[in-house]
Amino acid sequence: MDRILAQFFDWELIAESLPGVLRGFRTNLTLMVVAELCVLVWALVLALLRGLPGRAAAPLRWFAIGYIDFFRGLPALVVIYLVGFGLPQTGVAPFSEMSLYQLAVVALTLVYGAYVAEVYRAGIESVHWSQTAASRSLGLSSTKTMRFVVLPQAVRRVIPPLLNDFIGLQKDTALVGIIGVAEGFRRAQIFAGSRFNASSYVGLALCFVVITIPLARFTDYLIRRDQQRTLAAG
Amino acid sequence: MSALLELTGVEKSFGSAPVLRGVDLELDEHEVVCLIGASGSGKSTLLRCINALEPIDRGTIRLDGAAIAGRGVDLNRLRREVGIVFQSFNLFPHMSVLRNVTLAPREALGMSKADAVARARPLLERIGLWDKRDAYPDRLSGGQQQRVAIVRALAMQPKLMLLDEVTSALDPELVAEVLEIVRELAAEGMTMLIATHEMSFARDIAHRVCFLDAGQILEQGPPEQIFTAPQHPRTAAFLRRVIAAGRL
Repeated sequence: MDRILAQFFDWELIAESLPGVLRGFRTNLTLMVVAELCVLVWALVLALLRGLPGRAAAPLRWFAIGYIDFFRGLPALVVIYLVGFGLPQTGVAPFSEMSLYQLAVVALTLVYGAYVAEVYRAGIESVHWSQTAASRSLGLSSTKTMRFVVLPQAVRRVIPPLLNDFIGLQKDTALVGIIGVAEGFRRAQIFAGSRFNASSYVGLALCFVVITIPLARFTDYLIRRDQQRTLAAG
Repeated sequence: MSALLELTGVEKSFGSAPVLRGVDLELDEHEVVCLIGASGSGKSTLLRCINALEPIDRGTIRLDGAAIAGRGVDLNRLRREVGIVFQSFNLFPHMSVLRNVTLAPREALGMSKADAVARARPLLERIGLWDKRDAYPDRLSGGQQQRVAIVRALAMQPKLMLLDEVTSALDPELVAEVLEIVRELAAEGMTMLIATHEMSFARDIAHRVCFLDAGQILEQGPPEQIFTAPQHPRTAAFLRRVIAAGRL
């Protein structure tokens, strides 16, 4: 028991490693925020492409469907490797000029864009067609109907599942250490390697949990509030 | 003078199920026509086709002499000229009452906010809901919501109003306040095509009543004639059922 405690909960080592780990964890946090913003935009583009009506838009729909299927099937780790090590070596602008941090944002956006696009789509489809009918009957174009009537209602409904995906994104920022981004996990790893002790990981784990648990509770709160609102309305 | 609205041979199927089987109908300006008939007879579908919410399979629909069904028709323009009010109100739940009414004038007609509000205000005042302009639809009664929905359509100053069983989703005590608005519109000369189950209302307000049965207009005429001396046995049978149900 003591050995387990010493291996994982050596508080002196945690305290010693924490400043470095925290500096790295700051990278995780900014990575999460930047990637989230990119994901929100990219996923919306994908979801809208997927929902385009008409025969002319079929190639765009197929692109969106193919993209979403493909990137939801790939492990995030593989995408991070492919983007982080593969893209810069192609020499193709702008990837050849990108920092590792930027490449990490690209990789996470590619993966989570696919998930979040499906969340958006579920939201868009959950808005009853009578809303579209009402809007179109007033003479609004399909674009304006999407913008003013459907999307605002859809986004409101999918905030809880969006937050769920962002908890996942938050955790996966720890994966980008493998391409050399000096984030929290990478720093904890270096520290652990020099001391043959896992306590620095525990320090990092606590950092993650401190962020994700409140986010999870907040998500639950939003879901409950929505349920009560639905009950009150019905 | 040619009719404001002119339907000839309109057919519409959902899959293999025919819903409209050759409908001919004309509406003159300022005319109020009520569509009666059992549920599933095609009343709602007919209205939705006139507003191009459903494409028709065959036939022509003309508004002011111009074809409004088929290729190359600017549907958005058509819909600005034809207002529709739905059974289930379909207000936008994430917008205030005022925003519901001003959205289309602003975004479809390009009016400024001030102009759109200036147009909405007398309409909302008229239905006594200007004070509720900042409320959201879920704070309103069904009757209030439906009156807002009517005003929302009127804000586009349509040439023609389509009313699709606008009182069917309302509690009985709220029906009157909605019908009162419709009555006023009729008195002001608004051209309206009204699908309804309110037979006494139809009798009251309509210049002409059309009995729709299995996707066809079997009989039409002045309300007195339809309700007291129906020519077609199916019309007579329908009215007997309505009377038995205490709705006339």
